[in-house]
Amino acid sequence: MSNIVDARGLSCPQPVIMTLNTIKKVKKGDIVIVVDTDTAKENVSRAAKAQGWEVADIQPEEDGYSITIRKES
Amino acid sequence: MKNALATKWGIIVVGIAIGILASLLQLWGNPANMGICVACFLRDITGALGLHRAPVVQYLRPEIIGFVLGSFASAYLFKEFRPRLGSAPIVRFILGFFAMIGALIFLGCPWRALLRLAGGDLNAILGLLGLVAGIWIGTRFLSSGYNLGATHKTYASAGWIFPLIMAGFLILMLLNPAIPGEPQSGILFYSVEGPGSMHAPLIVSLIIGLVIGFLAQRSRFCTMGAIRDLILFKQTHLFSGIVGLAVAAFVTNLVINKFNPGFIGQPIAHSMHFWNFAGMTLAGLAFALAGGCPGRQLFLSGEGDGDAAVFVIGMIAGAAFAHNFGLASSAAGATPAGMVAFVVGMVVCLLIGFTMRETV
Repeated sequence: MSNIVDARGLSCPQPVIMTLNTIKKVKKGDIVIVVDTDTAKENVSRAAKAQGWEVADIQPEEDGYSITIRKES
Repeated sequence: MKNALATKWGIIVVGIAIGILASLLQLWGNPANMGICVACFLRDITGALGLHRAPVVQYLRPEIIGFVLGSFASAYLFKEFRPRLGSAPIVRFILGFFAMIGALIFLGCPWRALLRLAGGDLNAILGLLGLVAGIWIGTRFLSSGYNLGATHKTYASAGWIFPLIMAGFLILMLLNPAIPGEPQSGILFYSVEGPGSMHAPLIVSLIIGLVIGFLAQRSRFCTMGAIRDLILFKQTHLFSGIVGLAVAAFVTNLVINKFNPGFIGQPIAHSMHFWNFAGMTLAGLAFALAGGCPGRQLFLSGEGDGDAAVFVIGMIAGAAFAHNFGLASSAAGATPAGMVAFVVGMVVCLLIGFTMRETV
């Protein structure tokens, strides 16, 4: 089961803080982060990569993006 | 589409471009060590509109208009125009207000702090240290759950309001052009001496503003974010942009022979070290709580962020208060009223930080 972080409407650095908090909590697996600006999409992707997570998928949604980040082990 | 300007090299290139253009603006007429200062220029605009009547700082700076309209154009071109609002507007107004009070105690925004340093003004070191201190306090709040809440999507026309205000300012300026030696033209005020009287030609300022607005929207350039991300996430991405700005401005100043190192007699600056530090601490804290430096707030306003626009309007109100009530510093130093305003501002910003958080 994947964890979902809804960071829509939040300005930076909130989406990144929420992503990092979830990374700390779950340690591995899939996390889906929903954001509504391109800046948040870039920031979340950059922060996840810096933590050793892979950006597995970015899907455009009606009002933004749904980003899946993954860590196998 | 891949956004090349949002890469590490992209943001460095944007920082370098801003640094070079700012120094060239000084060569072409803008005040020394103030090629671009978002706080000073908003203060000058406030004066041009007569919202304060300090005669030496009145000019409707076209760079600011360009920043917003350049960002607006970029956001539309790359389908990033997202009209949104509703995240604690009154709080953002107050943060903008006290950010301006703090910036005018130091005499500059973070951009100008870097440009002052690049021009050899060593007082800027105190300002930059204060900026870091203020942002550090802000990161403590961010780590412990400070959050102004979510925005929501709104009508496209609501996102157009701030860019249209800027377009209106440009029209005002074209209808009421500067008359050499005259302090007023139609409804606009123009400085005949002091920093407000120093400016590059309108068209040059406007074009450079548009270029920077366009680039900065794409790259997410932000001086506060640069320091915040370094402290909070150990990330150097945005920081590399402000290093690019400072180095490029420094090199350009060397080339055009405008580098004069020292503390004393620096242009539009004072040497009250504590107050240079304190002013920027207040400004840095307010920027961190609002999520962006003044430049970034302008670029966000251009891409439809109504809350960022409210922050900017707060800055304009702050500038009016700063000059109407003698809160702004001058070359002679900080004022007693400014010192009181600093204390009030810190108390208000700390209260905002302590009381507006979710439990984590």
